[in-house]
Amino acid sequence: MNTNTLIEVRDLTKYFKTKKGMLHAVDHVSFSIGKGKTLGVVGESGCGKSTTGRAIIRLIEPDSGEVWFDGVDLLSLNQEEIRKKRTELQMIFQDPFSSLNPRKTISETIEEPMRLHNLVPDKKERQLKVARLMDTVGLARRLYNTYPHELDGGRRQRIGIARALSMNPKFVVCDEPVSALDVSIQAQILNLMKEVQEQLGLTYLFITHDLSVVYHFSDDIAVMYLGQIIEKAPSDELFARPMHPYTRALLLAIPVPSIHDRKERVIMKGELSSPINPGQVCRFASRCAYVFDRCTREAPLLQAKDNNHEVACFLYKGE
Amino acid sequence: MMRERSQSKYALEIRDLAVEYRTIEWTARALNGLDLSIEKGKTLGLVGETGAGKTTAGLSIMGLIPNPPGRIASGSILLEGEELLTKTEREYRKIRGKKVSMIFQDPMSSLNPVLTIEDQLTEVIETHEHLSNRECRKKAEQMLELVGIPADRITEYPHQFSGGMKQRVVIAIALACTPALLIADEPTTALDVTIQAQVLETMKNLKNMYSMSMLMITHDLGIVADVCDSVSVIYAGRVVEHGSLEDVFDHTRHPYTIGLFNSLPNMKDRTMKLKPIKGLMPDPGNLPRGCTFAERCDYAQGMCREVYPEKIYRNKEHYVRCHLYLSKTIESEMWNR
Repeated sequence: MNTNTLIEVRDLTKYFKTKKGMLHAVDHVSFSIGKGKTLGVVGESGCGKSTTGRAIIRLIEPDSGEVWFDGVDLLSLNQEEIRKKRTELQMIFQDPFSSLNPRKTISETIEEPMRLHNLVPDKKERQLKVARLMDTVGLARRLYNTYPHELDGGRRQRIGIARALSMNPKFVVCDEPVSALDVSIQAQILNLMKEVQEQLGLTYLFITHDLSVVYHFSDDIAVMYLGQIIEKAPSDELFARPMHPYTRALLLAIPVPSIHDRKERVIMKGELSSPINPGQVCRFASRCAYVFDRCTREAPLLQAKDNNHEVACFLYKGE
Repeated sequence: MMRERSQSKYALEIRDLAVEYRTIEWTARALNGLDLSIEKGKTLGLVGETGAGKTTAGLSIMGLIPNPPGRIASGSILLEGEELLTKTEREYRKIRGKKVSMIFQDPMSSLNPVLTIEDQLTEVIETHEHLSNRECRKKAEQMLELVGIPADRITEYPHQFSGGMKQRVVIAIALACTPALLIADEPTTALDVTIQAQVLETMKNLKNMYSMSMLMITHDLGIVADVCDSVSVIYAGRVVEHGSLEDVFDHTRHPYTIGLFNSLPNMKDRTMKLKPIKGLMPDPGNLPRGCTFAERCDYAQGMCREVYPEKIYRNKEHYVRCHLYLSKTIESEMWNR
């Protein structure tokens, strides 16, 4: 493992058993994230991006794979060990309305993890730390004793961030942290997350469906389709030279808030096919404009190309 | 009367509309003098954030403001020159679905889960058109095909369709009686980008086919650039800037609109820092005196906290409600982003 790598995921797999067969939610996903860096994971609903994020920190137990974090394989730890390790692995959730306990005040919510992990045993000190965290995330101290229902979405998401930061984590999984917020508030929260990342040297796994947000926020981007990473590259590289037909269609589908340099829209036909027993084929084949016979006979693997660009598509040779 | 209606240049004209929601403790002023007009055959984008009054505007046109607690306090809504606010509920029933239809954000909850698509499609046709059962069914099938769903799926139930297809069904229902005006309230917000692109394309094509007018309610300036002819930016229940796409996107004047654009990630340079608008929208139950945006505005002066600004026109269509342009010339490009 590279010394600058904080977390390395190898062949992470999670299938769910359903009546119709095995649902391939996460299928042999591998990636690594450098210390202080952000990996963005994008894809449509049902592509397995949230399951990936949760499986890494074992909020969902993966079926197989390895997650190397600080020299330990997280998947080999027992319940007590992973519980202790979770202080370093935190999560920010999508919906700031349902991820907070409505019967706890803001300060109680932020304080709770510290209390449970006995991180700051002294109560006075803990309260002081809560107040400092509130300053960090831009929550006025007068809100100390208010309840979530008294606050708007942006402030609630700040609580979620403060709660995650209270553990002094090294790695934070952010699952659609801004998609429930209005653009002007979204920008406030994204800026805040960037600031604390720089201050505290945090590493993020940033899960989102919003391509403009992921481009702005991430160093590298992985595109997921039906449980697999189909393309991975540094952000600028991915946006400048998207290779996979799915990524290209995805980028063209973003409505651009400008009336100039309009792109010629190529509208992708069809919808996501079923993730149940997909078989050994390219999972995008049914929607792909460039499909040929090989795509329906075998499954393409992620292949390294120039400029740290990896793509899983038979259109690109040189394997 | 008929002649006057057909001569009207506008499909929809809303003047000085005020809507409030009253409870015992407080009154939330959702709309405070909304002006809106859509030329026939054109699409107007109504852009704003949560709580700005976008949906209330749509519901007012449909006569669907829940009363109580809602109440239309004043104003006028003209649909093809005809006043809607004086209509009785009985008269309104002949208008909804026939002259004006609305599509809601969440296709999962706007369809009835226990009725087949056929039942739901033929219901609106039977209500407004005198057709036999067979003709009704035929028309329903045609509508489905038009929105890109195979007609043989007409006997299925909503849960058998994906989110994008459900929204197509909703569009088919809304357009079944070829209304003059379609109100689309965040029609693609619940959908993935690739499906969103498909649905928007379908809507654009059908709009042109029927030469309908459309009110596109959205928070996404990208969608506005894609489908609209003109834009109204709504803030705290009033339109603060209105103009053609070119006016609003390239000659942005209102500090709020400028703030909205600056909040969006730059797709050319990812290192460019986002410039959010500070603070929050005012509470509709306790609106400040003067300009409702003053508290969040970088350019606010003393006057802004006293008097609500009048419209200042940059050209025949483009106007802003902002005191800045009393002292600055509105033509000056120094305010460009």
